[in-house]
Amino acid sequence: MIELEGIWRTYQMGGEELHALADVSERIEPGEHVAIMGPSGSGKSTLLNVLGCLDRATRGTYRLGGREVQDLSDIELSRVRQAEIGFVFQSYHLVGRLDAAGNVELPMVFAGLPRKERRRRVLEAVRAVGLEDRMRHRPAELSGGQRQRTAIARATIMGPRILLADEPTGNLDSASGRQVLDLLEQMNAAGLTLIVVTHDPAVARRADRILLLGDGRVVRRLAGSEVAEIAQLLAPRVGEP
Amino acid sequence: MRFSDLLGMAAVALARHRLRTGLSLLGVAIGVTAVVLLTALGEGARKYVSGQFQALGTNLLIVLPGKTETTGAFPGFGGAPNDLTLQDARAIRRRVPQAELVVPVAIGNETVSHAERRRQTIVIGATKDFLEARRLGLAHGEFLPDIDWERAMPVAVLGPDLARELFRDENPLGAIVRVGDARVRVIGVLEPRGTQLGLDVDEVVIVPVASAMRIFNRSSLFRLLIQVAAHSELAHAQQRVVGIISERHGEEDVTCVTQDSVSGGLNAILAVLTLAVAGIAAVSLTVAGIGIMNVMLVSVSERTSEVGLLRALGARRAQVRALFVVEAILLSGAGGAVGLGVSWLLTRLFLAWYPAFPAAAPAWAVGAALGLSLAVGAIFGVLPASQASRLDPVLALRKT
Repeated sequence: MIELEGIWRTYQMGGEELHALADVSERIEPGEHVAIMGPSGSGKSTLLNVLGCLDRATRGTYRLGGREVQDLSDIELSRVRQAEIGFVFQSYHLVGRLDAAGNVELPMVFAGLPRKERRRRVLEAVRAVGLEDRMRHRPAELSGGQRQRTAIARATIMGPRILLADEPTGNLDSASGRQVLDLLEQMNAAGLTLIVVTHDPAVARRADRILLLGDGRVVRRLAGSEVAEIAQLLAPRVGEP
Repeated sequence: MRFSDLLGMAAVALARHRLRTGLSLLGVAIGVTAVVLLTALGEGARKYVSGQFQALGTNLLIVLPGKTETTGAFPGFGGAPNDLTLQDARAIRRRVPQAELVVPVAIGNETVSHAERRRQTIVIGATKDFLEARRLGLAHGEFLPDIDWERAMPVAVLGPDLARELFRDENPLGAIVRVGDARVRVIGVLEPRGTQLGLDVDEVVIVPVASAMRIFNRSSLFRLLIQVAAHSELAHAQQRVVGIISERHGEEDVTCVTQDSVSGGLNAILAVLTLAVAGIAAVSLTVAGIGIMNVMLVSVSERTSEVGLLRALGARRAQVRALFVVEAILLSGAGGAVGLGVSWLLTRLFLAWYPAFPAAAPAWAVGAALGLSLAVGAIFGVLPASQASRLDPVLALRKT
């Protein structure tokens, strides 16, 4: 379970304080599918980074599975990321010189797993995302959808409890996007907690709940089916780019 | 994280930029080649000189007129208050029981001619024991006869090159040559021996010591060579020799050195010289190290988002640091290995051209060069690696 209590993330900008997150309190149950929406600069990515233990909250309490993580050492946070959290990025972040299998294998290399065990898990993971026949291809030889599926296989290879996805379909055409979302939903259905940052109402609609952020605060909490309301709120007003 | 994985990842990363990797590797290879090759040459020079002394025997005492402490001049070059004479040599032969051979030597430069052919060369005045004391051999004829040292006799032994120059295909034995104004008969030709301590023995004329002193119009000897029966008696014999000469001259005005001390001194000088040359060559390794650091800094800058990703995947700072350090060490180590290979090849080529020169890099130099190249990678890889490990994962991931 994820519990945030009064989370602040403050940056110093030229002597002034900028609150990227301001007093965010939230509770996300295991196996939940949550979409985070909001206009640019509302704090979506910052919240995702704090949830993923890539960034530390300036104030507040973050409990992950009942354990407070905001004061953990860098090494302990690395262990948490390695074992409990998977990341999927809009731009895939695949290592170009490694093939798909090599990219999927990466987290296990840093975890020090034996080679044989790594090979077995890689095969399982690429099968699960339907990339068995493309596993020896480098990212440049894969389509956008295949790259994102490779990234999903990598994010889940260590068996995390939480998957954080930042605009996972942002660079994909609608067909590939649907495939990726279906895959993420399957994983969520299997018990993985899924938290997705998105601008796309079609993506948010699939979530159990939507958190709408504005100026670093959670301004609305809605069910996925209420996404049309948010779409209206986020639609650019006349005169805005 | 396993070391084999670290090594594999570093190798894959380096293979991605072949030209950049190749150029950095070349820098280290040149540095290691310079260190190993120059050390091989220095060590070769030391062994060569040492070999020359060994060839002359280690039981040799050399007495030179003059003493640095009393005259301030180099022994043998002026400033000697008393001549070193044949009588001194005779006294030593008589009174130093450890002396197996005593050879008075006079040396000068004279014109040697036969028929129309002439040339300027070194003329050595010596006795019959000179052959044994200088470990020389005869190719033809005989060496100087066993005559009284004071007796001048018009005979000469030629070095093989000089004999060839003066006589071409003729047999020199029995022929008359002019040494300065003196006419002497050739009674022998030496075996080829090459240069011994700077003196090309193949080009000299050897005449009886009294004849030489007469030709040079000189009463003083150039030096005395004393061969002692046993190496253990060298120091005692040295004391005796100095004592006898001092007694005869009324003061200590000669320098008596052992072959060992000269050889040891030269050895020490050449060893220091070798180290100095290797040290200078090692500077090029430092330059190569800076090249590696530059390449690694560029690499870190290019792979910032990758570092962010690795951190997101759970890599610890130390693992990221190790990744880049191992990459730098692998780069410099490979350069070191290439450098060792090239220097081995160049040494073989050198030996093929100059087989008499025992050029060979000592094991310590090979080990030090390889160790130094690895150290260069480790030292110059630390800064870029630390930079990579300190990157903020959030900011790093944003960089494309």
